[in-house]
Amino acid sequence: MLKKLSNIGDCGIVCDFGEEVNRSINTEVIKLFHHVKKKSSDGNLSGILNCTPSYNKLIINFDLNKTNTNKIFDFLKSVDFSKLNLSENMKEWTIPICYDFEMDLENMSKVLKIDKEEIINMHLNTVFFIYMIGFVPGHPFMGDLDAKLFLNRLTTPRVKIPAGSVGIVEKFCNIYPYESPGGWNILGKTPKKIFNNRDSTNPCLLSPGDMVKFKSISKKEFEKLNNE
Amino acid sequence: MNNNFFEILRPGINTTFQDHGRFNLQHFGVAPSGSMDYESFTFANALVSNDKTEGVLEFAYQGPLLKLIKGKTKFAIAGKVHFQIINSKNETINGECNRTYDLEEGEKIDILATNKTVYGYFAIEGGFSVSPFCKSVSTLSRANIGPNEGKKINLKNKIFFKKNRQEKNNYIMSVPNKNNNLIRVLRGPQHDYFSDSSKKDFCSKNYKISNLTDRMGMRLEGTFLKNIVSTNIRSEGIIKGSIQVPADGQPIVLLNDHPTIGGYPKIANVISADYDLLVQRVPSTNLLFKYIELEEAEKAFKLYSENITKTLKTKSIIK
Repeated sequence: MLKKLSNIGDCGIVCDFGEEVNRSINTEVIKLFHHVKKKSSDGNLSGILNCTPSYNKLIINFDLNKTNTNKIFDFLKSVDFSKLNLSENMKEWTIPICYDFEMDLENMSKVLKIDKEEIINMHLNTVFFIYMIGFVPGHPFMGDLDAKLFLNRLTTPRVKIPAGSVGIVEKFCNIYPYESPGGWNILGKTPKKIFNNRDSTNPCLLSPGDMVKFKSISKKEFEKLNNE
Repeated sequence: MNNNFFEILRPGINTTFQDHGRFNLQHFGVAPSGSMDYESFTFANALVSNDKTEGVLEFAYQGPLLKLIKGKTKFAIAGKVHFQIINSKNETINGECNRTYDLEEGEKIDILATNKTVYGYFAIEGGFSVSPFCKSVSTLSRANIGPNEGKKINLKNKIFFKKNRQEKNNYIMSVPNKNNNLIRVLRGPQHDYFSDSSKKDFCSKNYKISNLTDRMGMRLEGTFLKNIVSTNIRSEGIIKGSIQVPADGQPIVLLNDHPTIGGYPKIANVISADYDLLVQRVPSTNLLFKYIELEEAEKAFKLYSENITKTLKTKSIIK
């Protein structure tokens, strides 16, 4: 449920759905996200520049030349939340992962007191939900992992993590779209390009609200897919 | 496609293609980017009679040295910029901002420095030949997005442009001087995370712009801002102009190339009408923030837009 509407600056709105981070709250955020995007692309809501969902909030950024805070408030107050639907916008993905590229399994196994194979199985058996994408282009925050796999960030973040690396922290799993520094526990790597800065029509593979399952592949298959 | 181009003989410090920005992609993690000083960008395009969303070259502090290798063009530089035109006889003409000049094959433009400001804009008649990514030619160098493989302009790069000069006249525009260190803000979403005395300090003490300032953010130095609730919040979407305060108590203004989501409390947001003014302030400037209400911010924006329109109307032929 939408708990609070407020302005952020003179060209933004915060739609606040409550303090918790869970799938049901995030689902409400993403339903509203799709609704605002649709109204905007259909021409029924003018001046929307960006619409950014996060765990428990939707931030709407608008063009002050075309609309204002009150007009967007009025629109949001008229939304019938019971009629919003997620399934029509939701996609399901199977992402290949090669666990031979792990960097932290040994240590994870020690801290969690779970066999490496069992960690991999638990990861493979999780159906992930994409809470949000961001920080850098294409970077998904996916949940929820089994509580038995909860880990903190690395004490010392790595300076360089290769693109495609898959990591976990707490109940979340991510994929690094670019080579970058990072502090997540790396358990494998995907050959799938999740952000393509040359594809204008479909730059980002995944969307907030999509479902993701991982599929284990060998190093040989990884190399093959990577060269495609 | 024709083959008109400039060669870059010196790239400058941070020269990139920019336009009005790239929108509708923040949910995929792509920041809007776009020209930092929207007003100057608008004037540069208007002077050479371009569409208002045409891409230009933005530079910071020291600009590029460009040689026109092939073709003839008309250009304008907006902002407060010291530049020279060097003709084929190696004669130097001191350039003036906010007017157009004709440039012939073999001539050079040396954009030496911005004057007590950060950004300047170089526009040419008809625009540059660059392909848009998701409807924009803005460069987001942090994520390699945009023209020139998403990178800053580099030495020996060839800068192609769409067409030869057609307009016979040259134009000039009268741009009012903006020089003010007072920046108006609205209270941010986590304004109440800060102690009463810190809320007061924020709008009564000076905050100095640090050297650690770029297109992503402007770091400020000043009286410690005490957070009495939590120095971390759940990551949420970012809007440019947001002023976040990490645990060190020193504010950071998030600018066009900001991360798309962030987890620091925001004490305030710069109003849209004062954004261009803010980004043009150089490091070491002491800023003073002033809280205002939403309605005043909207009025200020209306005035800001009207002033742009007024300035555009001053465009006239140089006789």
